[in-house]
Amino acid sequence: MSEHSLIPIAEILDETLELSLSDLAQRGAVHIEIIIELVEEGVLEPAGKYPEEWRFSGPDLVRLRRAINLKRDLELNLPGIALAIDLLEELDALRAKLERLERHRFR
Amino acid sequence: MEYKDYYKILGVERTATQDEIKRAYKKLARKYHPDVSKENNAETRFKEVNEAYHVLRDKEKRKAYDQLGTQWKQGQEFHPPPGWETRFQEGFGAEDLGGFSDFFAEIFGSRPGGFSYERRDFHMRGEDLHAGIEISLEEAYHGGTRTLSLQTPEINGQSRVRQHTRQLNVQIPRGVCEGQHIRLASQGGPGTGGGPSGDLFLQVVFAPHPLFHADGRDIFLELPITPWEAALGTRLKVPTLGGKVELTIPAGSQSGRKLRLRERGLPGKPSGNQYIILRIETPAANNDKARELYRKMAETMPFNPRKGRGI
Repeated sequence: MSEHSLIPIAEILDETLELSLSDLAQRGAVHIEIIIELVEEGVLEPAGKYPEEWRFSGPDLVRLRRAINLKRDLELNLPGIALAIDLLEELDALRAKLERLERHRFR
Repeated sequence: MEYKDYYKILGVERTATQDEIKRAYKKLARKYHPDVSKENNAETRFKEVNEAYHVLRDKEKRKAYDQLGTQWKQGQEFHPPPGWETRFQEGFGAEDLGGFSDFFAEIFGSRPGGFSYERRDFHMRGEDLHAGIEISLEEAYHGGTRTLSLQTPEINGQSRVRQHTRQLNVQIPRGVCEGQHIRLASQGGPGTGGGPSGDLFLQVVFAPHPLFHADGRDIFLELPITPWEAALGTRLKVPTLGGKVELTIPAGSQSGRKLRLRERGLPGKPSGNQYIILRIETPAANNDKARELYRKMAETMPFNPRKGRGI
């Protein structure tokens, strides 16, 4: 059985994507209180001073879903989530860098 | 249906205490968590580990599972012993399958419910699915459509969870970069109790390209040139993802020199550049005339590239 017909809307989650607090809550399927807590913890860093002015980017949505999943599955608290996400992103960046260096070296 | 050795999955003895089981589970849950692990089958392993723990943490379920005996091996074709349903299933009749295996459904009974392992609060939204997508640099440059095959769980008429292969057309947006995520709304796991589906997140990986490689939106090309092109300068047509472009090689270029073609990289705000790395290749001195020419060069332009480098 295959469904071939509908092409779902693909959204690139990059830095140019601009999401308000309610946009992010809707896409992330979470209450805005959770987002506010994650901003206070420094996991999400929106542009703008006040919640009604906040602008989130694409990677913030990836970070938000990651935070929700970690909280649910590993029973992490907010500081634990913040630390895990920072370390995971650092690990991703290092892996990418290592891959570039290796590619260069074995040319 | 395949037998699942829950003890083996958690890496514990059949005699393990509840504490040992819990510790083994916690460790594996961290190791295979799809948001943490880079292992290919992390998501599958994570579900397996959750299923195993779900059974072994519960004294009643563990006891029922142990009744199957020790003669079964992981992955072996399994049929429940005669009379199993009436003996055991009643007690577990209200089980929410939570993305668990056919084996689990057979042993512990089934009832329409969700797949998500987000069962703690009878969540309504389906789970998010994560997958990688390998695309060519040309697809990233031009955008395009791709057909993906996804294995997703589905409940059939008998309330059993089955893996179901689904074809999905994915629009590759123009200018997508390596490592970025593409979100496909509502293409994740189905929701429970009329809740919405989760989303599908695709993480982009670039397929190796014979000419180019990418760093963010910038594209790199290594360009072999002759010693006289490097020394005297020239104009050459070089490939970019958008087609051939005329490039000036300045006189006096050396190997490793980096030249830039502005905004010829992947499109975006701002677009990337294409960088050309020059590599001088020398012709082989494979006949008398060529050897004579090299000797003449050595006489007319004495040159020591190692001078001042302490070599």
